[in-house]
Amino acid sequence: MQDNTYNYKVVRQFSIMAVVWGIVGMLVGLILAAQLIWPELNLTPWLSYGRLRPLHTNAVIFAFGGCALFASSYYVAQRTCHVRLFCGSLAAFTFWGWQVVIMAAAITLPLGYTSAKEYAELEWPIDILITLVWVSYAVVFFGTLAKRKTPHIYVANWFFGAFILTVAVLHLVNSAEVPVTFWKSYSAYAGVQDAMIQWWYGHNAVGFFLTAGFLGMMYYFIPKQAERPVYSYRLSVVHFWALIFTYMWAGPHHLHYTALPDWAQSLGMVFSLILLAPSWGGMINGIMTLSGAWHKLRTDPILKFLVVSLSFYGMSTFEGPMMAIKTVNALSHYTDWTVGHVHSGALGWVGLVSIGTLYYMIPRVFGRNEMHSIKAITLHFWVATIGIVLYIAAMWIAGVMQGLMWRAVNDDGTLTYTFVESVKATYPYYMIRLLGGVLYFSGMLIMAWNIWKTVVGQRPFDALIPALHPANTLAHA
Amino acid sequence: MEILYLLIPLSVVLVFVIGAAFWWALHSGQFDDLDGPAHRVLMDDDSAAP
Repeated sequence: MQDNTYNYKVVRQFSIMAVVWGIVGMLVGLILAAQLIWPELNLTPWLSYGRLRPLHTNAVIFAFGGCALFASSYYVAQRTCHVRLFCGSLAAFTFWGWQVVIMAAAITLPLGYTSAKEYAELEWPIDILITLVWVSYAVVFFGTLAKRKTPHIYVANWFFGAFILTVAVLHLVNSAEVPVTFWKSYSAYAGVQDAMIQWWYGHNAVGFFLTAGFLGMMYYFIPKQAERPVYSYRLSVVHFWALIFTYMWAGPHHLHYTALPDWAQSLGMVFSLILLAPSWGGMINGIMTLSGAWHKLRTDPILKFLVVSLSFYGMSTFEGPMMAIKTVNALSHYTDWTVGHVHSGALGWVGLVSIGTLYYMIPRVFGRNEMHSIKAITLHFWVATIGIVLYIAAMWIAGVMQGLMWRAVNDDGTLTYTFVESVKATYPYYMIRLLGGVLYFSGMLIMAWNIWKTVVGQRPFDALIPALHPANTLAHA
Repeated sequence: MEILYLLIPLSVVLVFVIGAAFWWALHSGQFDDLDGPAHRVLMDDDSAAP
């Protein structure tokens, strides 16, 4: 009965929750930035820095980013395969299951329940629920690809598929743990072995959750919004295979100058440097999609979001390999430069590409042709971009300054500065970072208002599946 | 570094899985036309109003 329409309901749900969780996660980020300036803001143990920090990272990566990925992958898979989503009830389960995971994180992390593994802090009962949701996600996504009406699988789906499969493997291996009570478990690995697994997971989570998935978005929504085919489809296919074949071994660059064997560190560094090639190939491919249509950037704020996200992608995939070089890492590691690098990727690449995608997708899945206010999107774009620039410039300066202060040595071999002197010198930059964060956050509030005005009073809308274009079947006739 | 006894075999398995996916893609004609798919995505009118 519903077979002639697309399943937009689950896309609507995930899209709206992406905005909601984006606001929550970034608000927690603001509190953390303020706590670094005014430590007295650590009012109670539940709202102390150490407990809120994993809440912030989980909320922005897995709640905001995750919901945006679910929404866009379900939308893209349906539209490019010309079929309704496979198994609607399982898709509904992925939505509600994922929201329960997020709520559980929001409750357990401030209470201090943590497995203490960065970006995988959630305790074992939640880990099991994540596994169930993720397997269902894979079934829905690949089931949709399997029943596709088009012979070709569009490149965006390959990126989404690699993201789903790899995250499943990463989660299963890294979260292997021994439960001792209902809310406490210990990692199955110990010492440097655990560190190696942790950053094998941690960096590949960056590579597949925060890169491959969002590249899937990029390869669909930039061509659609620009109304131009991707610059080189051939390059996009090469980009995909090169990225997934070379990504896996970059993790050790998080463990330079630690107990990890030296050769493993060097291996991680070399693989990190290799990654520059596919990353920049993809970045150039996305940006050049606009060749011949550059004028659209002047008037179209959604395209601004999408294209500027790619320039941040290019910037952070250049910065990352540079920071992975051991001599550079000797300066940058443990400083706020790393924090700046992460946020240039998170706010600039992941954030902007998701926001652009949501601005494209939300009116369409609510039965409208565009957002309520285009001017508000433009305002959001500038507020967000200025916010990111303030944030990362402050962290660059702070990070290099900290690195230089920590390594400065007097003639007699004693340290020139105490650690606390470097903290004191960082205060002005923490203020600038907070200001940048406030700007980025206010952009999200503008977005929430705009989306509210767009969707309020709209009736649920599921688009009809269009008849297959003759060109689609021609290739395999 | 006993952990490598897990990570290296895992990588090898993954490389074979990726290789198999690539082999399938190659032989099922996914790469036969590397221009058309880019255009076909644009032929799909996803605007809400008719």
